[in-house]
Amino acid sequence: MNFEHTEERRMLADTLDRFVAQQYGFEVRNRIAASSRGFSPDMWGQFAELGVIGALFGEEDGGFGGAGFDIAVVFESLGRGLVLEPLLGSAVLAGSAIAHAGSNDQKAQLAGIIDGSVIATLAHDEPDTHYELARVQATARRDGEGWVLDGAKAVVPHGEHANLFVVSARTAGAVDDERGISLFLVPAGAAGLSVLGMPTMDGGRVAELRLDGVRLDAHAVLGEEGGGYATLEHAVGRGVLALCAEAVGAMEAAKAATLDYLRTRKQFGVPIGSFQALQHRMADLLLEIEQARSAVINAAAALDAPRIARERALSAAKTSIGRIGTLVAEECIQLHGGIGMTWELPLAHYAKRLVMIDHQLGDEDHHLERYISLGRIAA
Amino acid sequence: MDLNFTPAEERFRAEVRAFLEHDVPARLKDKVANGKRLDKADTEQWHALLNGRGWLANHWPTEFGGPGWTAVEKFIFEHECAVANTPRIVPFGVNMLGPVLIKYGSAAQQQYWLPRILDGSDWWCQGYSEPGAGSDLAAVRTTAVRGVDAEGEHYIVNGQKTWTTLGQYANMIFCLVRTDREAKKQEGISFLLIDMASPGIDIRPIITLDGEHEVNEVFFTDVRVPTANLVGEENRGWNCAKYLLTYERTNIAGVGLSVAALERLKRVAASTQRHGRPLADDPAFAARMARVEIDLENMKTTNLRMIAAVAGGGVPGAESSMLKIRGTEIRQEILSLTRRAMGVYARPFKQSALEADYDGPQVGPAFAHAASAQYFNNRKLSIFGGSNEIQKNIIAKMILGL
Repeated sequence: MNFEHTEERRMLADTLDRFVAQQYGFEVRNRIAASSRGFSPDMWGQFAELGVIGALFGEEDGGFGGAGFDIAVVFESLGRGLVLEPLLGSAVLAGSAIAHAGSNDQKAQLAGIIDGSVIATLAHDEPDTHYELARVQATARRDGEGWVLDGAKAVVPHGEHANLFVVSARTAGAVDDERGISLFLVPAGAAGLSVLGMPTMDGGRVAELRLDGVRLDAHAVLGEEGGGYATLEHAVGRGVLALCAEAVGAMEAAKAATLDYLRTRKQFGVPIGSFQALQHRMADLLLEIEQARSAVINAAAALDAPRIARERALSAAKTSIGRIGTLVAEECIQLHGGIGMTWELPLAHYAKRLVMIDHQLGDEDHHLERYISLGRIAA
Repeated sequence: MDLNFTPAEERFRAEVRAFLEHDVPARLKDKVANGKRLDKADTEQWHALLNGRGWLANHWPTEFGGPGWTAVEKFIFEHECAVANTPRIVPFGVNMLGPVLIKYGSAAQQQYWLPRILDGSDWWCQGYSEPGAGSDLAAVRTTAVRGVDAEGEHYIVNGQKTWTTLGQYANMIFCLVRTDREAKKQEGISFLLIDMASPGIDIRPIITLDGEHEVNEVFFTDVRVPTANLVGEENRGWNCAKYLLTYERTNIAGVGLSVAALERLKRVAASTQRHGRPLADDPAFAARMARVEIDLENMKTTNLRMIAAVAGGGVPGAESSMLKIRGTEIRQEILSLTRRAMGVYARPFKQSALEADYDGPQVGPAFAHAASAQYFNNRKLSIFGGSNEIQKNIIAKMILGL
């Protein structure tokens, strides 16, 4: 048994932590969050140079990591700094899908994703899917040699500034069949693709996509026609792990800020941390955060396990993080009192991010239900 | 046991409903129903409507302009207003200062200030909390030093107040100030009425985590306040403070607001899809909604039981702490579920979409533009008005005798 990260991963985490602490302070972060792009191209370039994107890909894809624990260490650091750059959308979601199912030509795009020159994203959720992975209403129909895509995609990460979209569309089957989903690579600016960008509650930007008769050539299919579900599950699973690790980083930061406040804020002549009622609540938070950390370790360790074991560990982690992240957010605000409600305090932004992580790639209820149904398959 | 309202109370309810339906502009009710921002004029209009009917100062005795309602009638009124999505009465003048003036103010103060609260001449804000005096309110350090000059007797006020809700609209502030620095904490505090236009007052916005400007900091530098603006005796202001904080808290549970929020949640859950059916029919989500609905039904009866006890001659004391704790928890849970129901659409947030005249694109289910903002904004419910932790201390001490 060994719960230490390898030396390479520790070095990566240290480098990233240092970069975030020195270059990505709260003021800088909030300026980036409020900017018209919602992320900083300059920071994005620096993350690429530091090797942060490459660490999320295996050697066979041009990276130098790509394992569950690589994703975990990177995203925990990003979570500590509330980093807004498109690592989740471009590297983990779209990048994993291309690495998983791409032809050699398509995989050639990975070099650009890794060096930061290509920003990709996954356009999968739809207005009425409520996190269901197999519910795809957007359609793709054959048209001569090529394809025509129609439909709507919801809340696509940094959609306005992506060069390349991985889009799910139905080529066969009923609306919620796992079979019959196909993935397509759609370049930004494709005729018939409209992108409506908007800010988010937790910083950064997302976009609504409309596909109105978007024409693609035959090579645009990513992987096997109708067999996109396995790739989606692979990519989204890695995204789930990334979000869970990010949440643990954000929880640690929120906990540290709250602990500091309990030690220094005086009322009734004493630090409020001397009140047993508050001590017990902080002790509960510590315990919950350690449980969340263990959930991330379980999920990272299971990332290469057989499907059911892997997916159950991921859903177990995401349902745990959904519950615990919201709890940590709410408790840390409450323990701060009024000041925890203010924009000028970093804590408020950690709290918002923690709650919003439960609204990405499936919430607490979704993953609990999924954990149960995967268990039935296993039994 | 009879859980029904009396025929007279039902007639009262019908009268209130008719007023809310016919006399309150749809524009105001739509704003509240759709989670849009209310401005100063909206609140002034609502106050004026109520005042026209003699219903604004419904906690005041009739001789000062109150309608003479029973506690049950007040409950019915607040409930019906909430369910009809009216704006809320801004409480600082009418529900906080008014009762203090009626109990502790001089006849001259009552005659001058009370009518001005009713007709909207003054917009009051509250100068209680300070950076170092939150839950420990008696630790206020803003000082008022008595002096006399050519213009008469006055205090010179120095210090800082914070969390001043809607202070940006106010022309008057009532403050707890320290007039005796030697005395024991609660002694040596006085209750002063201060004109916000006085030289030496500086008001600065505090932006909350949802990006809104609702609260403020107010700084006082050598602010001159006539001694005529002292309410009650000097150094006895803590009595006013306590009275204000415990006055008429039988509706503190906000049952009506929770009922309205729950109705909205149900509409959202009925119109949002999951697994090809309404989210309201999803077992996990339905269970969450049912639990909070049950809590709310229980709360309603707990609240009415306390109102009945007060009507029977009991004193609403520490029991109101129970209403505050559980009432705010229920409302926070309903708002949390409303956010949850939005799915991926909980994240997009455009502040301009909170304006009534926003005509940009709408994304996601109805109310998606406001759900997360309201959830985050209302984390304040368990913090302000005496945090829920302070309320538990009160229960432990006053009810349990621990």
